[in-house]
Amino acid sequence: MGLIDDMLNGSQRALSRLITLSENDEEARQEIIKRIFHSIGNAHIVGITGPPGVGKSTTVDAVVTELRGRGKRVGVIAVDPSSPFSQGAVLGDRIRMQGNDENENLFIRSLASRGKLGGLSKVTNDVVKLLDAFGMDVIIIETVGTGQSEYEIAKMAHTTVIVLSPGYGDGIQAIKAGILETGDIFIVNKADMNGAAHAVKDIVGTVEFNFAVNEWTPPVIPVIAKKQEGIEIFVNELENHYNYLKESNLMEKKSKDRIEQEIEEHITSWIETNVLNYISHSGQKQKIIEQIYQKMDDPISLIHSHIKEMINGNFVK
Amino acid sequence: MKRPLRVVVAKIGLDGHDRGAKVIAAGFRDAGFEVIYTGIRQTPKKVAAIANQEDADVIAVSILSGAHNKLCGKLMELLKEQQADDIVCLVGGIIPNRDIEYLKSIGYAGVFTPGSELGDIVNFVKEKTKDRNQEYSL
Repeated sequence: MGLIDDMLNGSQRALSRLITLSENDEEARQEIIKRIFHSIGNAHIVGITGPPGVGKSTTVDAVVTELRGRGKRVGVIAVDPSSPFSQGAVLGDRIRMQGNDENENLFIRSLASRGKLGGLSKVTNDVVKLLDAFGMDVIIIETVGTGQSEYEIAKMAHTTVIVLSPGYGDGIQAIKAGILETGDIFIVNKADMNGAAHAVKDIVGTVEFNFAVNEWTPPVIPVIAKKQEGIEIFVNELENHYNYLKESNLMEKKSKDRIEQEIEEHITSWIETNVLNYISHSGQKQKIIEQIYQKMDDPISLIHSHIKEMINGNFVK
Repeated sequence: MKRPLRVVVAKIGLDGHDRGAKVIAAGFRDAGFEVIYTGIRQTPKKVAAIANQEDADVIAVSILSGAHNKLCGKLMELLKEQQADDIVCLVGGIIPNRDIEYLKSIGYAGVFTPGSELGDIVNFVKEKTKDRNQEYSL
């Protein structure tokens, strides 16, 4: 029996190996996805995002405790940044996820972003599929600490949760476009700190401003993740949102959005890999650099003409 | 399959001094490894479970409490139980000479005491992981 059957029969070690393979071996990745594709689609995918230091990992830990108490099987994907210099990474989300023992009902995997922007890693989608096929009821994706415009998670998750804490900007920060438009649920962590009530009020104001025409008004929930306070209410809202998606036609729309994003990602990554390989290996890259440096042509026209030439010719091996 | 090594840096037992573990974690990061740091005061059981879920190539245990024989022994036992003793295991910390041979005899590939050079540890890890079995069948 191979790794995929072992995984489907409940082996965590096989699941763990399969994640490594899909991260590193393109051929294995294709085969894995092909073979598990028909056994997925049952998990509630929850994205947890927010700026660095607001308590995302601590919140995930508290949510896992609550979900485990409700008898759910939970998968967690925790993404941290890779170094742009060494490509190495220190993945430290587990330090704040100590409240629950890893067992057959809880699987936590740390992923390095490996240069991908947007707070996720290239294989996050594949890992979600693997955890889904493994039989997890809820899959939580914790993104890299994000800024104002990393909202890719919203396309991947059924429910996007934005974690903020007191002191995170004022009313103007909160009406800017971007991440704050993508939240289905907002939580204000560290609600025992000064300024928490003010932060909640600010976000409620923004939410009413941004979501005035929607059926789902994102709740804004004060929590103290470290003490498990407010987490029960939050998990109730997670379930409410999932039920809302299922009862409205939004589930289909979200699923199709996710497929659209996947298609775009695969195309982008395929073209990027192949075009870059082509121009590097054919020695054209140095020529292009030289031509632009000598001001013989501007970068945009030059690159466009090269790409067109490659697409017209059969540049893939 | 060329890929970054995954290293679990683990503090086991009741000592909270993790400066060394953090220096090692940063050194491994700079060498291009993906380091999963467990945080302090872990049990052998927890570390074995983490290594399993993170698909670790290497476990680097940092321990300064003096309980290394017992705790590292327990960890190795658990790894054998879950058939994960192909993971390259290291110990770093204040380890008396007489215990170094013991730790090696139960399966630790290397033991590093104060004064060890970061570069030597990185090279040791690269060397030891070179011929790990990477075969698989899907």
